[in-house]
Amino acid sequence: MNAEPDQTHAAFRHIVRMEGVQKYFGAVHALRNIDLAIGRNEIVGLIGDNGAGKSTLIKVLTGVIQPSSGRIYVRDQEINLASHSVGHAHALSIETVYQDKSLGEKQPLWRNFFVGRQITNRFGFINIREEKRIAQDILLNTIGFRGVGIGVDSNVKQLSGGERQGIAIGRAMHFNSDLIILDEPTVALAVKEVRKVLDFVRRIKASGRACIYIEHNLAHVHEVADRLLVLDRGEIVADVAPKDMTVPELTEFLINLQHNR
Amino acid sequence: MPNRRAPPSLFSRIEGLPIIVVFVLLLGLFMYTAPNVFLHPQIYTTLASTAPPLILLAAGLTFVIGAGEIDLSFPAVIAFSGYVFAVLFKDYQLGWIAVAGGLASGLLVGVVNGLLIARIGIPSFIATLGTQFFWSGMATLFSGGKSYALRGADESSVWQWIVGTFGDPNSIAWQDQISIQAIWTGLIVLGLWFVLNRHVFGEHILFIGDSKDVARVVGVNVERETITLYTLMGGLAAVAAMMLTLENKNYFGNQGGGYLLTAIAAVLIGGTSIFGGKTTLIGTVFGCFIIWMLEAGLVASGLTGAWVRTVQGLIFLIAIVFYLLVEEPARRASLFRRFGAKESGRTAKV
Repeated sequence: MNAEPDQTHAAFRHIVRMEGVQKYFGAVHALRNIDLAIGRNEIVGLIGDNGAGKSTLIKVLTGVIQPSSGRIYVRDQEINLASHSVGHAHALSIETVYQDKSLGEKQPLWRNFFVGRQITNRFGFINIREEKRIAQDILLNTIGFRGVGIGVDSNVKQLSGGERQGIAIGRAMHFNSDLIILDEPTVALAVKEVRKVLDFVRRIKASGRACIYIEHNLAHVHEVADRLLVLDRGEIVADVAPKDMTVPELTEFLINLQHNR
Repeated sequence: MPNRRAPPSLFSRIEGLPIIVVFVLLLGLFMYTAPNVFLHPQIYTTLASTAPPLILLAAGLTFVIGAGEIDLSFPAVIAFSGYVFAVLFKDYQLGWIAVAGGLASGLLVGVVNGLLIARIGIPSFIATLGTQFFWSGMATLFSGGKSYALRGADESSVWQWIVGTFGDPNSIAWQDQISIQAIWTGLIVLGLWFVLNRHVFGEHILFIGDSKDVARVVGVNVERETITLYTLMGGLAAVAAMMLTLENKNYFGNQGGGYLLTAIAAVLIGGTSIFGGKTTLIGTVFGCFIIWMLEAGLVASGLTGAWVRTVQGLIFLIAIVFYLLVEEPARRASLFRRFGAKESGRTAKV
């Protein structure tokens, strides 16, 4: 998949680095001079109010939109922004898990794991047995769905919200994504389901991958992140380790940002 | 969510089982009300010779509806491709080349539909409504509204291979009258079943029908697959058109008109979701049998032909409402709420 395969496994410090990234939408300055670096096995929480620029930042990174200026490095190699696309980001082992756009609701889990990357013979017919076997392995070992009555033939609509996030994260891990971006994975989930999602995030860390975790709920992201980036009006205004700032202090900080507007 | 972890029921394990049960019950009913028709083999050899066009159309529509789209233009393909084939076959004596020409005309209509829907982004309902008028208009213009009798067609190898019979053509024994088009149709449907359930294309169709956004995110080329989908539908409609024209040994300008409701109804009665993402080709085939049998059975039971459409339309609506209520718990719950009843023991939350 990768154009330079040795690049993936070679020593690199940062899975992603941005330098001076700017984005204008007409007169709106959506991203202001963004400098950031994500380590290869780091969970980085991205927080900020609505409209702070969180999703714009992710879209620039994953090739959905192009920045107005600046440089982006993946595994310390600069990428050509003009040709950066969603497919290119996938080829660079960067995968985004969207809140509810990641899984086909009426389809069984084994199809959801492999759609777009099916195991086929040369005529394009799917090797169902092999896909199911691997899907079963991902269910049990990568995301740890044991004894919950979910199998590879279960439909996505039978799953709870947290389990769905788990499936999408497990799929990203199976396809060796080095950076998994989670877009508000705990929105509208019950407390028990949130616990599951946070466990999946810890599994990402344990497997040696990096993760950018966009979240509204400070307590959730504070619990699992190695580092927190606070965005405000398109600017990174804080870069803190969770141990240096408690959740109430962080809340206070964000409220003050709003008052200073 | 109390029962979601229950093992799958018998109904969900065997594809199309509910509709097969309905079929058997209806068959039993008609055997009782019209035994002189339904207890004789002739009705079933007639089925084998007249049902294939409907089955081919409905099989193609299973893909289209499964992708969350619709095609209203296939009756025009029945007219247009039937005309192209009839002219090349009769006036130009082109034999098998006429078959290729008929097929190509259907594929052309399909590609145009696909481009209008996928590239330009016209909703399929509107795009194919437009192409339906355009191509049936073209067929009428070219043919001058006249019908084409293909007299002597049964001498040709085309006729014998596509719609001939296995046995001695002069025999009236039922086993000599089994039509070859039933075999072709069976093979095509079998191939389509494998494509839908086992091929990458079929899987992409299911995900597109489920949600186009999801399909794009997981890397499906929605535009390309949509064009392929409509091309397939056009090709199947062309095959149906040629079988129909050969079977009748005659081309009529309005020969596709009767299939619009019946083919869509067969798909939805069979259990393919009207919202896309869930399909059953086996259900579709039995849906076709039911549609066909209603027509034969109602007439044989002594009701006039005017009843047939009425009853078909009614059964169509009943089937849609039934599947809607069974498969969409949220809709079912809102329906029950509207009637002020509580849905006992179930939670509507999904």
